[in-house]
Amino acid sequence: MIELYESQRAMRAMRKAAMQRGVIAVLDVGTSKISCLILRFDGANQTSLGEGVGSLAGQSGFRVIGEATTMSRGVEFGEISAMSETERAIRTALQSAQKMAAVRVDHVIACFSGGQPRSYGLAGQTDVENQVVGEQDIARVLAACDVPDYGTGREVLHAQPVNFALDHRSGLNDPRGQIGQNLFTDMHMLTVDERVIHDLAHCIKRCDLELAGVASSAYVSGISSLVEDEQELGAACIDLGGGTTSLSIFMKRHMIYADTIRIGGDHVTRDISMGLQVPFATAERIKTRHGGVIATGRDDMDMIEVGGNTGDWEHDRRSVSRAEVIGIMRPRIEEILEDVKDRLDAAGFDHLPSQQIVLTGGGSQVPGLDGLASRILGQQVRLGRPLRVHRLPQSFSGASHSSLVGLSLFAAHPQDEWWDFEIPHSRLPTRSFKRAVRWFKENW
Amino acid sequence: MQPLRPHRARQHSNDPAPSVLSYRLLRLMLTPVLRRLVFYGIPAFVLAAGCGLYFAKQENRDRVTAAYQDIYRSVIERPEFIVKMMTVRGASDEVDQDIREVVPIDFPISSFDLDIQDMQKTIRALDPVAEVKLFVRANVLEIEVIERTPALLWRNAEGLDVLDIQGNYVRSAATRLDYPDLPLIAGQGADSNIMEARQLLAAVRPLQDRVRALTYVGERRWDIVLDRGQVLMLPSDNPVRALERIIALDQAQQLLARDVAAVDFRIASRPTLRVVAQNDDIVSINNTQSGEP
Repeated sequence: MIELYESQRAMRAMRKAAMQRGVIAVLDVGTSKISCLILRFDGANQTSLGEGVGSLAGQSGFRVIGEATTMSRGVEFGEISAMSETERAIRTALQSAQKMAAVRVDHVIACFSGGQPRSYGLAGQTDVENQVVGEQDIARVLAACDVPDYGTGREVLHAQPVNFALDHRSGLNDPRGQIGQNLFTDMHMLTVDERVIHDLAHCIKRCDLELAGVASSAYVSGISSLVEDEQELGAACIDLGGGTTSLSIFMKRHMIYADTIRIGGDHVTRDISMGLQVPFATAERIKTRHGGVIATGRDDMDMIEVGGNTGDWEHDRRSVSRAEVIGIMRPRIEEILEDVKDRLDAAGFDHLPSQQIVLTGGGSQVPGLDGLASRILGQQVRLGRPLRVHRLPQSFSGASHSSLVGLSLFAAHPQDEWWDFEIPHSRLPTRSFKRAVRWFKENW
Repeated sequence: MQPLRPHRARQHSNDPAPSVLSYRLLRLMLTPVLRRLVFYGIPAFVLAAGCGLYFAKQENRDRVTAAYQDIYRSVIERPEFIVKMMTVRGASDEVDQDIREVVPIDFPISSFDLDIQDMQKTIRALDPVAEVKLFVRANVLEIEVIERTPALLWRNAEGLDVLDIQGNYVRSAATRLDYPDLPLIAGQGADSNIMEARQLLAAVRPLQDRVRALTYVGERRWDIVLDRGQVLMLPSDNPVRALERIIALDQAQQLLARDVAAVDFRIASRPTLRVVAQNDDIVSINNTQSGEP
């Protein structure tokens, strides 16, 4: 536990250093694309709050000064499989973003969707020492959480206290300074495969950069695509990515559940590729230009040129109707949504007061998806786009970049995690100076 | 899997990824200090060093100076700026000659090469010149002179000088006859009290025909010398009043028509007459004081 604690604390310190320098990069390592934004933190609020622009949810302290997207290579299911290829792709993205920003970036915050994240709900309870809740009481109640055995080879990615309760009062955000006897906490912990984080860290280190934070892309796309009342009342964000579909459930502005399904848009493309006997790139073009999930009579007459360059005239002049493409795509998308439904049911999403579901990510751009999703997932389904960020280019404002925008919000205003609180004295090493100070305080 | 010879293989595919070297180089170039050094420091140094090395040689310096001078001359020697002649207005021939002597100019000349201020100073330094204005107008240097007007002749140890109304030296005169109209004054330091001399000359107008000269005595008081060797000796303070009294006496009693050698009014309470040689007595004219309050 301590090592993780230390490395997460080190990353927090790195983020602080980056904030002082004012420039930080955020990097979304996805299965189909790797994109990068370079943010400049000026401190001053330079946004003009024009018509139709709200308070910008507090993210107006930074602006985007560089951006780049490149095709991802060597990433499968959100996990790095060919490290040198991925390293080169990251380098491509970073170099063009740095060129655009004309600044050198040394710190990067990354997110990924792989690693089979698993959510755990933790609960802890402790007595308040001096009647008034202090930093140390919170540290002790967090330490008192009974950590489940999440298995070797896994690492904690997020551990956020979502609720504090003092005696009979629950739903406290910040119990410090309040008077009570027993302090309870609920914590949400997300673990991922250790190997995935290490691969990512290694790749970033190979690019001469410092890792200033890691986030799950399920979490960050929820931050950017759920609007405030959805985060407050409870909603699920489903990010239909290239290799994975990640889902996160938010309640009272905290993520309470996250999961990943290892099926994504690439599988749809592969189905088309296999079904129509066309190369992967052609299948991708057909999917993005002509894809859909709900066929109408008109689609039978809508013929799509498949093309090809085999030299066989018959083979190269084939054409398929749009209805056929939809017929290939729909079962796979239904499968994805059924899986999502299973995971949401397993998480107990139907017990939440609000059943709002937001679809985002590149896969959510399939025409008619919201209709299909509302048939499977429930009535309250909408398509989500990321929040507006100051100077975000138009090409990055689509649903496919919601996790990147969420990551930049996460970089600007990270939520308090376990490692942002104090370490309880009892866990400090025996010869620590703080422990000696505490001994003096207690005895005099 | 990785190909066995990765770089050879990658040359064929159009891989957008930068090489490690170019990536690191870009990052190095984006380092603020190095960036400033490369874009400002090194060019500035090269420029300074180049200029320094070039101008270290005398012939290069001369060449640059000559080139600059060529351009400068070609501009200032345009026909618009050329002054072809000089005219002097308001000066007598003599002064005209003097001016042409003290400001010798080889026409044609560019107006940029004329030092108007200096020329004005030089011309004003000439004694007969009271004020001078210089213009360059339509390729002509115009000099407008206001001369000093001769007002007095002053005989002193060096000779005969012509003074203007303020007592400034105008020129020397060879003889009294050159300026027969001008009143004559004499005595050391007479030019320093020209104001009083002018007042006396104004006051002595009733006797104008008889006045020969004014003599400044002891640098403090005036004598008026009349014809027949008569001298009116005036006090140092308020001489005009004393002179008026003498004139009044003369008009009443024809004092100056008699054989009086000198009328001494130096002490107001004791005016004295000196008669001509055969009678050595000094006649006191106390009765003249009867008019005094």
